[in-house]
Amino acid sequence: MADSPSPSRARTTPGPARLPPDLADAARGGATLERFLHGLPGVDRVGLEQRAASLATRSVKKDAKLRAVDTAIGMVDLTTLEGADTAGKVRALAAKARNPDPQHVGAPPVAALCVYPDLVADAVAGLGDSGIGVASVATAFPSGRSTLRAKLAEVELAVDSGADEVDMVIDRAAFLSGRYAQVFDEIREVRAACGAAHLKVILETGELGTYDNVRRASWLALLAGADFVKTSTGKVAPAATLPVTHVLLQAVRDWRERTGQLRGVKPAGGIRTTKDAIRYLVAVHEVAGPEWLSPLLFRFGASGLLNDLLMQRRTQLDGHYSGPDYVAVDL
Amino acid sequence: MSEGEQPVSGRERVTVPKTYKLHIGGSFPRSESGRVRTVEDAGGRFLANAAVASRKDLRDAVAAARKGFETWSGATARNRGQVLFRVAEMLEDRREQFTSLVSDAEGLSREQAAATVDTAVDRIFWYAGWTDKIGTVLGGANQVSGPYTSHSAPEPLGVVGVLAPRHSSLLGLVSVLAPVIAVGNGAVVLVDRERPLPAVTLCEVLATSDVPGGVVNVLTGDAGELAPWLASHADVNALDPTGAPESLRAELERNASGTAKRVFDAPAAEPDWNRDPGLRRMRAFTGLKTVWHPLGA
Repeated sequence: MADSPSPSRARTTPGPARLPPDLADAARGGATLERFLHGLPGVDRVGLEQRAASLATRSVKKDAKLRAVDTAIGMVDLTTLEGADTAGKVRALAAKARNPDPQHVGAPPVAALCVYPDLVADAVAGLGDSGIGVASVATAFPSGRSTLRAKLAEVELAVDSGADEVDMVIDRAAFLSGRYAQVFDEIREVRAACGAAHLKVILETGELGTYDNVRRASWLALLAGADFVKTSTGKVAPAATLPVTHVLLQAVRDWRERTGQLRGVKPAGGIRTTKDAIRYLVAVHEVAGPEWLSPLLFRFGASGLLNDLLMQRRTQLDGHYSGPDYVAVDL
Repeated sequence: MSEGEQPVSGRERVTVPKTYKLHIGGSFPRSESGRVRTVEDAGGRFLANAAVASRKDLRDAVAAARKGFETWSGATARNRGQVLFRVAEMLEDRREQFTSLVSDAEGLSREQAAATVDTAVDRIFWYAGWTDKIGTVLGGANQVSGPYTSHSAPEPLGVVGVLAPRHSSLLGLVSVLAPVIAVGNGAVVLVDRERPLPAVTLCEVLATSDVPGGVVNVLTGDAGELAPWLASHADVNALDPTGAPESLRAELERNASGTAKRVFDAPAAEPDWNRDPGLRRMRAFTGLKTVWHPLGA
């Protein structure tokens, strides 16, 4: 896989977008943006949750399961976002990202390594020329409570250290008080500061309260130029859920229909088991479409998930159940 | 009284046949497969329905046992002893119920069944007393010829897979399960199809005795279907094949060897469970850790 282009370097949306008139209007920000967001159709909560639950009952077995597991491994943003993170831990994770299962051939490398900005340089050094992306959270992660200047400085630190992807958090206080334009402008500024790096916008859906708000925030982020919309920081419960991810997937699907551009979705936090991951893949296929089943357009933000995926992969290959003693422990 | 109502005593009462479930991680789930089978007594009379566990239930049970083991092995030996005493008390409380269950399952007279239940209570009580003494008996200070000390202490192995005895449905089960958990292991018990009811009712006792969830997980079903998966499971540390038919033993040992599992050397035929059990089982499900310690400065 080393010669294939890095998922994070193949930007799918070059240059400014040419939008249909109503979207172009909304993308001017201010009052027109507010009108557009409030004009979005409401989310049918019961219908959404029922559909998410019914798709989650689908059973994937044997060869299909092995393929799903490999696909999911290739979509993992291997994440460590703790105060206790050290350069050594990042190096260890980088080694794991390059070759997740040294004892079994053919396990694909993960999509990216996701760290705090000050550890980006270590991640870049650890990953070398493997083609695996380095993602960095920024903009006063996870709360997003700081000045725009401080946030932009953090983005610059990440990008200058070599990050290919920036995961920013939105200002939930501004969003919930209805100051959409402020959130929009902030994403725009960060987008500009990212340069060639991909921008993932974390909506922190657990704090947005309603599915309607999640839909509005998704469109807001897409209008402001996000390459990915991401559910959560992983620091707030509830983090990613299937229904919320459905709303995000609907948004990128509709965005494609309206503009022809492909944007990605990244659920993060709370996805721990292979079964969960496969449910998300089913949702991606059914809601957005098969094109989204690629690390270019769908990622899992997770730390423990990778080990469970590897254990399931081993179960399929070895013919017996595996255990946590046989995969690397992330310290 | 209106015409539609009649005194309850005037009609034959419709009995409520029970459907027993599995015991995984402290709760009582149905089998993921949805399978259920009828259970008959020794004379072929319908007793109840019991769940038939699947491979996925087994996997969940092992994961639960791993979690249970973390809690249980971290508890003090005295605390484990207190919990086991409590299990014995609760079992004593339900003496009548278990007497009927054992008598139905094994075709014993009520007196014989009651004696079996009493022995089972005594057995748990006996193992409860051992929890904080086994360390001294199996371990201790080793004699060394040098300026340091050396101590050995038995430690639990982790998750133990147990194939419950097929004939002795309560006393046999208690005799294989109690030593496994007394020394601090987590257990996944497979109970074969013939006499599952005392085992699943024992779970109700365990669940009300402060045994942390996941320490004992009981799967009823087809031992022949599940045992090979239990034996080969990489997250199971030891296997007690007591209840396995002889035809299955070789396969189980082969599967277990793939992940370097300790397999208890169980006799081919079920032993007389009334005999003094000795320390053999507790010794088998512990590993001796020896620590060398330099003396002085």
